[in-house]
Amino acid sequence: MTDTKKTRLVVIGNGMAGMRTLEELLKLAPDMYDITVFGAEPHGNYNRILLSPVLAGEMTIKDIMLNDVDWYAQNGITLHLNKTVTQIDRVRRKVIADDGTEAGYDRLLLATGSNPFMLPVPGKDLPGVISYRDIRDTDEMIEAASRYHHAVVIGGGLLGLEAANGLRLRGMDVTVVHLMPWLMERQLDRTAAGLLQQSLEAKGLRFKLEKQTAELVAGESGRVCAIRLKPALSGVEGDGETLPADLVVMAVGIHPNTGLAEAAGLHCDRGVAVNDTMQTYDPRIYAVGECVSHRGTSYGLVAPLFEQARVCANHLAQLGISRYTGSVTSTKLKVTGIDLFSAGDFTGGAGTEEIVLSDPSVGVYKKLVVKGDKIVGSVLYGDTADGSWYFQLLRDGQNIHELRDRLMSGQSHLGNSGHHGQNNAASMPDDMEVCGCNGVCKGTIVKAIKEKGLFTLNDVRKHTKASASCGSCTGLVEQILASTIGGAYQPVDVSRKPLCGCTDYTHEEVRKAIVERRLKSIPEAMGFFEWRNVNGCASCRPALNYYLLCAWPHDYRDDPQSRFINERAHANIQKDGTYSVIPRIYGGVTTPAQLRRIADVAEKYDIREVRCTGGQRINMLGVKKEDLPKVWADLDMPSGFAYGKSIRTVKTCVGSEWCRFGVQDSTSMGIALEKELDRMWAPHKVKLAVSGCPRNCAEATIKDVGIVGVDSGWEIYVAGNGGIKAEVSLFLVKVKSAEEVMEYASAFIQLYREEARYLDRTVHWVQRVGMDYVKARIVEDAAGRRVLYERLKDALRDEKDPWQERVRGVAAREFEPIRFQPEIGSEIS
Amino acid sequence: MSEWMRICPLEEIPRLGSRVVQTGKGDIAVFRSGTDEVFALRDQCPHKGGPLSQGIVSDRKVTCPLHGLTVQLDSGEAVAPDKGCTHRYRARVDKGEVYLNLS
Ligand SMILES: Cc1cc2nc3c(=O)[nH]c(=O)nc-3n(C[C@H](O)[C@H](O)[C@H](O)COP(=O)(O)OP(=O)(O)OC[C@H]3O[C@@H](n4cnc5c(N)ncnc54)[C@H](O)[C@@H]3O)c2cc1C
Ligand code: HEM
Ligand code: SF4
Ligand code: FES
Repeated sequence: MTDTKKTRLVVIGNGMAGMRTLEELLKLAPDMYDITVFGAEPHGNYNRILLSPVLAGEMTIKDIMLNDVDWYAQNGITLHLNKTVTQIDRVRRKVIADDGTEAGYDRLLLATGSNPFMLPVPGKDLPGVISYRDIRDTDEMIEAASRYHHAVVIGGGLLGLEAANGLRLRGMDVTVVHLMPWLMERQLDRTAAGLLQQSLEAKGLRFKLEKQTAELVAGESGRVCAIRLKPALSGVEGDGETLPADLVVMAVGIHPNTGLAEAAGLHCDRGVAVNDTMQTYDPRIYAVGECVSHRGTSYGLVAPLFEQARVCANHLAQLGISRYTGSVTSTKLKVTGIDLFSAGDFTGGAGTEEIVLSDPSVGVYKKLVVKGDKIVGSVLYGDTADGSWYFQLLRDGQNIHELRDRLMSGQSHLGNSGHHGQNNAASMPDDMEVCGCNGVCKGTIVKAIKEKGLFTLNDVRKHTKASASCGSCTGLVEQILASTIGGAYQPVDVSRKPLCGCTDYTHEEVRKAIVERRLKSIPEAMGFFEWRNVNGCASCRPALNYYLLCAWPHDYRDDPQSRFINERAHANIQKDGTYSVIPRIYGGVTTPAQLRRIADVAEKYDIREVRCTGGQRINMLGVKKEDLPKVWADLDMPSGFAYGKSIRTVKTCVGSEWCRFGVQDSTSMGIALEKELDRMWAPHKVKLAVSGCPRNCAEATIKDVGIVGVDSGWEIYVAGNGGIKAEVSLFLVKVKSAEEVMEYASAFIQLYREEARYLDRTVHWVQRVGMDYVKARIVEDAAGRRVLYERLKDALRDEKDPWQERVRGVAAREFEPIRFQPEIGSEIS
Repeated sequence: MSEWMRICPLEEIPRLGSRVVQTGKGDIAVFRSGTDEVFALRDQCPHKGGPLSQGIVSDRKVTCPLHGLTVQLDSGEAVAPDKGCTHRYRARVDKGEVYLNLS
């Protein structure tokens, strides 16, 4: 078992933070360490936060195991359960457990969590007085509920209320004693707490607010039988009130479990002090989880611990490229039927404004605290559909100036298609479909989250395929995650999003290095950043291919094997494996000769369906892959790029040439734009439209770039979108001439090509960088605008039409199957 | 040895790419890895039958073009957490020629 050559890693604490670190480490460096784990509890690693649903009778202990004992064996980890480490010998570099077991280390990881705080009142050690932290406490509560009647929970915070709710559901008569004037005072303001208290009272709980415990009283059996409260502060009532209590649960706070670290001489300030790489003052010793203090803060929710685990694993694997810089947390109460969300600083104060929506009759209360142009806090009660969205805006410090007037109505009301307009996951029945693309219903998602221990959107996508395709149901899936695992759910940090699972570097970092280090091929880029997986994956290869193409339009050799099939075959694959062919029809203006050719081709190749597209062109569906080059040859029309992350169409209306309202020649403008941008690759698809007057028949205001003719010139709009989530475009500038339209529109598109992340539509990118930035670059900086325009023209100057190239024989094998006759045993075609 | 059948020269399959072989047993996808190993799978994704031959190949894996399931080339098994398996055939390279064995 002990391979002397391997570095030895010992982990103290078999809980959520420690084991998450090991999981991350095993992903990065599966064979680097000889690992030993000590756990004081007699169980494998379980999902502590789901103890509440276990207590409430909604789940069992078996459901909440994250890593069972087999997992350790499968990964070659030595596991010491039921052993508490009592000493760290830093000189001899070994740890010693209460039963005498010793283990030597080269690296040590402390993940000892925290201890519940027990009020120092008389009677605190009586039988029947417990905390709420682990499986043993939970079992004891379940047992007590079956034998006794009266329970008192001390502490009206998150933990206390979940305990009280569980005990009530198990039939006990429960009173919550709370020191402060309202419940969950650290997460809620007074109004929201009042609503919460009402709903909990409706479930049968009782509350004693602004009350302090004086003493716990023993009964005849020696078990606790009552709790005596201190007299009210005014003191007139004489003796305090006494409540019957066969079970007392103390949920008044936790403190980091640092005893072991302190005894070993490691510096602690409240928690074990660590730096941004999760190292303690002894560089061989790392620490993660609730036991640490990072920049003076200790956390009591799992989301920050997972971030710490990721950073720590990165350093243990000796990659040394990430830092933990602290977390913003959010809270959600996991009491079935109660919808509550809070994040950030919601108390208001100097320099802040509050936006409040309150409708007590339907039990809805929403408050956003805004400072300058940023959200700094939010409390939602009753309708938490937009919690994740607000939290994301808060965490990313996004400028909300342009969103402000619709903030309160929420993101889910901004026009989402694809799931019957449902935007409140809590009210959906289990068998209702959430993801229309992949046919996944709510129950399946909840089950996967619980049984497989999923914590992130990506986990859910991988396991269920929900929201893995078009993404329109992402908001719903996030809500389901949030309500199933509570505050443990953390939306991805969009400002530091790694390109994919093969690397920790962001899109921006990779793009920058491609330019600055003059990286000119995919293997070079992967080598430079030490990509984790050989050849990368289906997410990063197309992105890298695009980034290289954009940076080096003339030097880079496009890699067809790093393109999705549609872009490799220059046609859209259909669900039966056939392809569709959509030729370019500039500005939507065609001729009888073109139409005749299309008709002839459709008959000659037995094309099953011919239809008009939404972008003013004609689609021929059901073409066999091997026929594609012949179809293109007979059509003799340019590729419409309807299959690519590329320029799609420029939609036009008839405009001033014919229309009695028209004030500008939108058709000519559209054709000119489409010719200029022809054959352009981009981070995602790019659609334009030009209307000849503000009646806007070409629907220009839901396009990536929309041009609207007015009497005195043209208005240019950008970053609209008509797809999954309709977004109305934003006004960029008004110009006089067609040449200016060309310059501004092209410069905007080139900026997008150079700075957006692969698979960002213009709307996503503009929402991130802000319209002010776009205006500064395109409108205010005339010289910069011209440079961008020139760069775009230069990039497109030697792009060839892909169909005509293939008609001439380029990449012929892509389209030729090998025919094979088994009896002859050789190739005949 | 008679079951081994010559398909095409290795260079007619692109690196990190594939060719489709039409046989009496249906379409078979023959893949070539970055290190010039060859693998053959039935050209049908275990999810909804998508053509695996059209996917993106990396290392010894291919990602289905339709919904992104990833299949292990050397076993035909879906990569966890996905489940499913597609039929694998034997394939090898000899003196620059690719051979396939359908038995
Ligand atoms: C009932 C309940 C509900 C919760 N709900 C939520 C929620 O909704 N959202 C949320 O984000 N968070 C929630 N939390 C908090 C969350 O569970 C913790 O933040 C998280 O588990 C802390 O992880 P950790 O690894 O730091 O500590 P732990 O998970 O506590 O793990 C520490 C482990 O180390 C062991 N240990 C300690 N000292 C030693 C030693 N000397 N030798 C060997 N082993 C030792 C302990 O026995 C323990 O098993 C909840 C907690 C509880 C108790
Ligand atoms: C007398 C001075 C020092 C002593 C005795 C000392 C001791 C150590 C020891 C014992 C280790 C662990 C080595 C291992 O596990 O292989 C270490 C690691 C390290 N030390 Fe020092 N050190 C000293 C000075 C410094 C200084 C001045 C710096 C930085 C300015 C530094 C930065 C580090 C770093 C970054 C690590 C790597 C930790 C890791 O990744 O595990 N040390 N040091
Ligand atoms: S947008 Fe104006 S010019 Fe164009 S067709 Fe409509 S009404 Fe006519
Ligand atoms: S058919 Fe392959 S992933 Fe769906």
